[in-house]
Amino acid sequence: MASRTPFYVLVGLLFIAGIGLTLHRHMALDIPWLPGETRQTWSIEAKVDFEATGEEVIASLAIPGTQPGFTHLNQQTASPGYGLAYEERANGKRVEWSIRKASGNQSLYYKVDMLVDPYAIPSQSISPPEIKAVLEKEPYATAAQQLLDGATARSASPYTLARELIVEFNNQKQTAELLAQVKPRTAWLVQLLQQSGVPARQVHALELEDGRRRQSLIDYLQVFDGEEYALFNPMSGKQGQPENLMLWQYHSGPVLEVIGGSNSSVTFSMIEQEQPFGVALNQKFADNELLNFSLYDLPIEEQALFKNILLIPVGVLMVVLMRILIGIKTSGTFMPVLIALAFIQTSLSTGLVGFLLIVGAGLIIRSYLSHLNLLLVARISAVIIMVIGMIAMFSIIAYKMGLTEGMKITFFPMIILAWTIERMSILWEEEGAKQVMIQGGGSLAVAIIAYLVMNNDLVRHLTFNFLGIQLILMAFTLMAGSYTGYRLLELKRFKPLTEAEKS
Amino acid sequence: MTGPLTWFKEVREKYVHPSKLKKIGVLGMNERNISYISRYNPRHLYPLVDDKLKTKEIALEAGVKVPDLLGTINEQHSVKDLIKILPADTGFCIKPANGSGGKGILVVTRQDDNGYRKSNGQYATISDLERHVSNILAGLFSLGGKADVAIIEDLIHFDDCFSGYSYEGVPDTRVIVFRGFPVMAMMRLSTRDSNGKANLHQGAVGVGLDIGDGHALRAVQFDKPVLLHPDTGVNLMSLKIPHWEELLNLAVSCYEMSGLGYLGTDIVLDRFQGPMLLELNARPGLTIQIANGRGLLPRLQHIEKLGKKQRMKPADRVAYAIEHFSSR
Repeated sequence: MASRTPFYVLVGLLFIAGIGLTLHRHMALDIPWLPGETRQTWSIEAKVDFEATGEEVIASLAIPGTQPGFTHLNQQTASPGYGLAYEERANGKRVEWSIRKASGNQSLYYKVDMLVDPYAIPSQSISPPEIKAVLEKEPYATAAQQLLDGATARSASPYTLARELIVEFNNQKQTAELLAQVKPRTAWLVQLLQQSGVPARQVHALELEDGRRRQSLIDYLQVFDGEEYALFNPMSGKQGQPENLMLWQYHSGPVLEVIGGSNSSVTFSMIEQEQPFGVALNQKFADNELLNFSLYDLPIEEQALFKNILLIPVGVLMVVLMRILIGIKTSGTFMPVLIALAFIQTSLSTGLVGFLLIVGAGLIIRSYLSHLNLLLVARISAVIIMVIGMIAMFSIIAYKMGLTEGMKITFFPMIILAWTIERMSILWEEEGAKQVMIQGGGSLAVAIIAYLVMNNDLVRHLTFNFLGIQLILMAFTLMAGSYTGYRLLELKRFKPLTEAEKS
Repeated sequence: MTGPLTWFKEVREKYVHPSKLKKIGVLGMNERNISYISRYNPRHLYPLVDDKLKTKEIALEAGVKVPDLLGTINEQHSVKDLIKILPADTGFCIKPANGSGGKGILVVTRQDDNGYRKSNGQYATISDLERHVSNILAGLFSLGGKADVAIIEDLIHFDDCFSGYSYEGVPDTRVIVFRGFPVMAMMRLSTRDSNGKANLHQGAVGVGLDIGDGHALRAVQFDKPVLLHPDTGVNLMSLKIPHWEELLNLAVSCYEMSGLGYLGTDIVLDRFQGPMLLELNARPGLTIQIANGRGLLPRLQHIEKLGKKQRMKPADRVAYAIEHFSSR
């Protein structure tokens, strides 16, 4: 006999690959193990207000993209009469409204949904700004230089320099107040850091809190060390991004630009939402098709189709286990799986009643057909037509009686039903009603078990979201295929043998 | 005591622990399929045994006795020629060439004024027979429903020594031949339950036979031990097959003829011609173990231990089996 080693290696590889893929999807894409889990999303609305001067207006607002911690899901605007364009420039994404003529108070709305996502992949890389030297007037230049010297002496790296500089601002209150007369503290921090060769910029962030309205952006200091960067709170000097802080504008450039308007301002309101993770993922993967090989890339309709297709291996494995481990006889090897699929559409009780009605009535009519002495193909065709007729009739009767559930009987695979009736009928003629009950009951029992497993929320969730599960199912099927032990029913069948030994 | 505990007890009484079956070497369905059928029976040889016409051909070439072929019907339009093939006044048998599990076999024991008397005592008309042949051709009884051929054979005149042992129908002897050695045998006797058919799952009685001399060891019906024939009341333990060695030799010669390592041979004893090969089976059932009251595995493994190099002649293999596998 050939060595079994390659076989076990194959099964092992399938297992490892399956588990690996599954774990990868769980960890890299944040797909939960259990169904019904939700994901936190934030709906943030930016309201741009300005007074139009009565001429053409262009308003341009910086908008956030996917960034560490948050995935951009979707966006919309409300701005009656305005032309709209989304622009993606090197210095960040912007939304631009335009109108030929406007006057008076104008309000433009921009709404974005962001998914709280620890695995977010930023859509645009964040690059350090160019270093610009600015010449400052006296006495501010000396005062600033003094703060910088103190901080430089106590620091060793870009990050520590930034931190010490903020500490210096906090300690030397008088100097800080003097400097604040010219420009805000964050601008000074950026300028001084740039001056000592550290790329830094002022970014605008939003503190997320459920149900807040009329919020404005907070300044943060973004300091680069090579390609890496860190955020600093310019007041406290605390390093790092707080959990509920989302960057709104994190490229160089203004948050809002309005041409043809004055007194412009932007305010934010936000609400927190819990979305089923499936919805959230659908939106997440809607944009970047090439990035992830996933069923979420497919249109919703095909996704629904695949939800059922991916269940078939589970049903098939059930049949394999029932036949190989238990030894249940079924009429037609995989007929139970198809019946189970129909049950999923119809619900179990309706499906069972419908199945028994059709097969029962079919058997009675088929017994008449057998007297007609027909050729096999013609007889089966006649049974198919008969099954369709019965399905139509039962649907109409059910509908007239007000049982809309009965309409679902059409989900049964008709050709399969016809073959089932034909096989059962021959079985009845040849081996009697008892065998029909045994095999029919066996098929139905397996179909119900397959249905219960396939209709399980957890199973549906796992098979659809983790394609690696299919490899594991494959490995199980291969293993079952080489099982040489006894079947459960054989333990009963061969019992007389053990008694013979004793006597 | 009621509830789950009683239920558990009942289950324990009905089922046997697998280690007990393993101990007496019972062959299970899965192991039969993987370790014996797929290992010793090359797929390309299956048509030889699945198609009864081909089996007949190779049997005639090899000089193995088979029931006489009266004729075949291959096409639907030649069904009306059936009457020309049928013998004028004696019994005959109509079979599908690719039937499985004894399906579609119609035995006419004799003809009289009422028409064709079937083995179950009912009468059939020529149009009934034509319909049966038509069904055979359409593939009703063949695996997968593919088109088939109807075979019309001479009736077997079964040996008088079996009268009383069988209720209608022909008692046949199943011998499992493993790599050319007869390892286990049983006789299948039809009953009223089995409708004159010799298929165990339809209710025929299986009588385990000693490989040494062909006497009855044990009898089972529906997998349960029985002592008397349920219809005729004859003590089954008194059964002893005549021409036993001749029968074994015939069974063993099927190994060379078919090339199948794990083979079920169905043999009938004809009153005039002695043992005759009825059909071969590449997937013989496992009930033979219950009829014999012992497992197949020890004997199969015994033969496997002889290795592939042994080159015994058929007669030597029979002698070897008689020596090693007899219960006496």
